[in-house]
Amino acid sequence: MFSEQIELHGHIIDSLILPKVLDEILTYGGTFTIREVKIGKQRHDPSYACIDVFGPSPEVVDDIVKRLRQHGAEVVEETKLQLAEAPADGVFPADFYVTTNHQTFVHLGRKWIEVQPHSMDCGVAVDLEKKEARTLKFCDVKKGMLIAVGHHGIRVAPVQRSMDRRSVFEFMASSVSSEKPKSAVIREMATEMRLAKEAGGQILVVAGPAVVHTGAGEHFEKMIEWGYVNLLFAGNALAAHDIENALYGTSLGVYLERGALADEGHENHMRAINTIRGAGGITQAVAKGVLRQGIMYQCVKHKIEYVLAGSIRDDGPLPDVVTDVVAAQKLMRSKLGGVTIALMMGTMLHSIAVGNLLPAYVKTVCVDINPSVVTKLTDRGTFQAIGLVTDIEPFLRELTEFLKEERKTTDEHR
Amino acid sequence: MRKVLLCPPDYYGIEYEINPWMNLEHNADPKLAQAQWLGLHDKLKSLGCTVEVMAPQPKLPDMVFTANAGLVVGRQFIRSNFHFPQRQGEEQYFDKWFEANGYKIVRLPAGLFFEGEGDALFCGETLFCGYRFRSDIRSHERIGEILKCLVISLELVLDRHYHLDTCFCPLPDGGAIWYPAAFDTYGQRAIRHRVKNLIDATPEEAGRFACNAVVLERDVLLPEGCPELSKALSAHGYRPHALAMGEYLKAGGACKCLTLLLPQRPDL
Repeated sequence: MFSEQIELHGHIIDSLILPKVLDEILTYGGTFTIREVKIGKQRHDPSYACIDVFGPSPEVVDDIVKRLRQHGAEVVEETKLQLAEAPADGVFPADFYVTTNHQTFVHLGRKWIEVQPHSMDCGVAVDLEKKEARTLKFCDVKKGMLIAVGHHGIRVAPVQRSMDRRSVFEFMASSVSSEKPKSAVIREMATEMRLAKEAGGQILVVAGPAVVHTGAGEHFEKMIEWGYVNLLFAGNALAAHDIENALYGTSLGVYLERGALADEGHENHMRAINTIRGAGGITQAVAKGVLRQGIMYQCVKHKIEYVLAGSIRDDGPLPDVVTDVVAAQKLMRSKLGGVTIALMMGTMLHSIAVGNLLPAYVKTVCVDINPSVVTKLTDRGTFQAIGLVTDIEPFLRELTEFLKEERKTTDEHR
Repeated sequence: MRKVLLCPPDYYGIEYEINPWMNLEHNADPKLAQAQWLGLHDKLKSLGCTVEVMAPQPKLPDMVFTANAGLVVGRQFIRSNFHFPQRQGEEQYFDKWFEANGYKIVRLPAGLFFEGEGDALFCGETLFCGYRFRSDIRSHERIGEILKCLVISLELVLDRHYHLDTCFCPLPDGGAIWYPAAFDTYGQRAIRHRVKNLIDATPEEAGRFACNAVVLERDVLLPEGCPELSKALSAHGYRPHALAMGEYLKAGGACKCLTLLLPQRPDL
C-alpha cells in the first residue's frame, strides 16, 4: 500500500466537499483514514480535515490526489525521514525506529513507501536507489546500511476492520473468558477459514503437542486433507508425539484410544525419534513406508510446508528440527508472505514467538485451556489475537464439523 | 437604487478561444454587438439603475464582461485573478477604475484564480461560489475569511457553463433560477438544502443562457428566447425583460456577464 496525506480547509461540510472527497477516494480505487476533523463553531468559521489516502500503487495514489486537488485538497509536506548508518554488523544506530506489526510507511522522495514486511520489533532499512524500505532483525543488519532513526517521516496505519461483514474478528475483543459461547465463535472461524481459502489466502497453524496428547490429531489430519492448512509451525514435541502415536498408538506412553498407560510406554517417543533419525528425516520415513499415518505423514503427503523449531528441552531432536533459533526465526518469517489466518493451538511459547512475526492484518486465533496464554500473547504485542479457552480436542472436533459444512458451501459456489 | 458597472464593446470580438462557445470562425458583428449592449445599458437605466461606464481597452475584447472584474461587497472590491492569460491584462484597468472611485481593493495571492461575480453570487447571507473551470476552490476559503460569510463551493461540471453565473441566478425572495445539470450531485444537494424556491431552467433555455440574468428587485433582464423561464418568473411575481444577446452568446456571455453590481450586496 502507498499513501499520501492531504488536508482540506474551508466550508467543506456545508459544501459537501468532505463527503465528495471521501467518495472520490473510494471511487478511484483508494481507501482512507481520517486523521483529524475540526468543525467550525460559527456559521462562517472554516472547517478542517486531515486525511490519509491509501492506494495499491503510487500511480493510483497520485491519480486520486490529482483529482482531489481540484476540490481544494493540499498535500501535507512531511518532515524528512532521518537516516543513520548502522555502526557495525548486527547493530542498529542509536535511536533507531522500532517497528510495530502495523502497516508502516516512510516518506521517501515526496512519496510514502510501505515498509515490507509488517513485523514488530524490527528496524527499518532504506534503499534510496530502489526507493524501498524493509523491516530488519538484528541478525540481518550489515555495517553501513541506512536505517530509519527518530520518528519523523514515519507513519503507522492501524488495521481497518472490515465494514462489509461482521465476523468473529469484529464482535470478539481480545478479552479472554472460558464463558464465551464457543460454538458460535467456532462456526464463524470455520467460515473465516473458508473465505480465506476462497480468496487465495494461506492458513497457518501453530500447534503444540497437546493436539496429539488430547487425541485431536485425527481432526487436524482432516483439516490438512481438506486443504485448510497451508503452513505448520511447531516444535520437536508435536512431531515426536505424532510419530509416536503413528508408530505405537501412544502419546507420552498413553494409548490414545483407551487412555491407558502402555507398558514401558515412556520409551515410545524416544524409539519413534530414533526411527526417524535412522530414516534420515520425516520425509524420508514417509518415502520408505516407515511412517504411514498421522499429522506429519499428512503434511508430507499433501506437500504442506512445515517448520519445526527446536528448544533446549527437546529429545532427539528429529532431524527436521531447526536447532539454531535465529535460523528458525528467519525461515518462519520467510514463509509468512501469503498468510491471512493464523490458528494457534496448545502452545504458549511457540504462539508468542510466531505472534511476534505476524503482521497485524493476519487474523489470529489462539486456543488454549489456559486463559493466561492468550493474555500473554496480546500483552506481548499480538493485540489482534482473539482467544478461546477450551480443550483442544473438543475445539478441533467441532471446528472440523463446521468445516465439513463449509466445504459444501464451497462446492455449491462451484 | 442599484448601481452597476458596464464596459462598452468597442474592442469586443472573438479573438481567441477560451471556452466552448468561442469560435474564431464565427466572430461577432461589431454593429449588432454595440446595439445589443446599448439595449442592455438603456434597459438598466430605464429601470432606474445608475450605470457606470468604464473605458474599454484595445486588445482586451472580453473586458466588456465586467461581472468577471471582481466581487464588490460594500465599498470593498475583491479583484479577480483571471485564469487565462488572455484576460489577465484586464486586471490593471479594473484596479485603476475601482481605485479612482474610492473602493478598498483586496487582491488575492497571485496564481489563486478567482473570476469575480462570474463565480460568486450571494443568495441571502450565503455566498455561492463555482469552481473547476475558472476559479480555484482555494480562493473560496480566502473570500470567506475576508467577508466573514459562509461560502458554499459548487463544482461546475459542464464546460459550456464554465462560470456560476451561467447556471445559477439568485432571486431576492431567497430563491434562485438554476440549471441543475451544470452541477455535480453534491453541488445539487448543497443548493437544494439551502435554496428553497428553485426555478429550473430547461436545457434548451439554459443553453441560451437563461440563468445569465440581471435581477433588480422584481425586474429580471434575461436573454431572449427563454419563454419558459419568463413564464415561470411571471408566475413568481417577477417582471421578465427579454434582451437580444446573440452576439455575446458567441463568447459565452449574456446580460449578467456584461453587468457588475456595485455592490452585489452591502457589507455583511
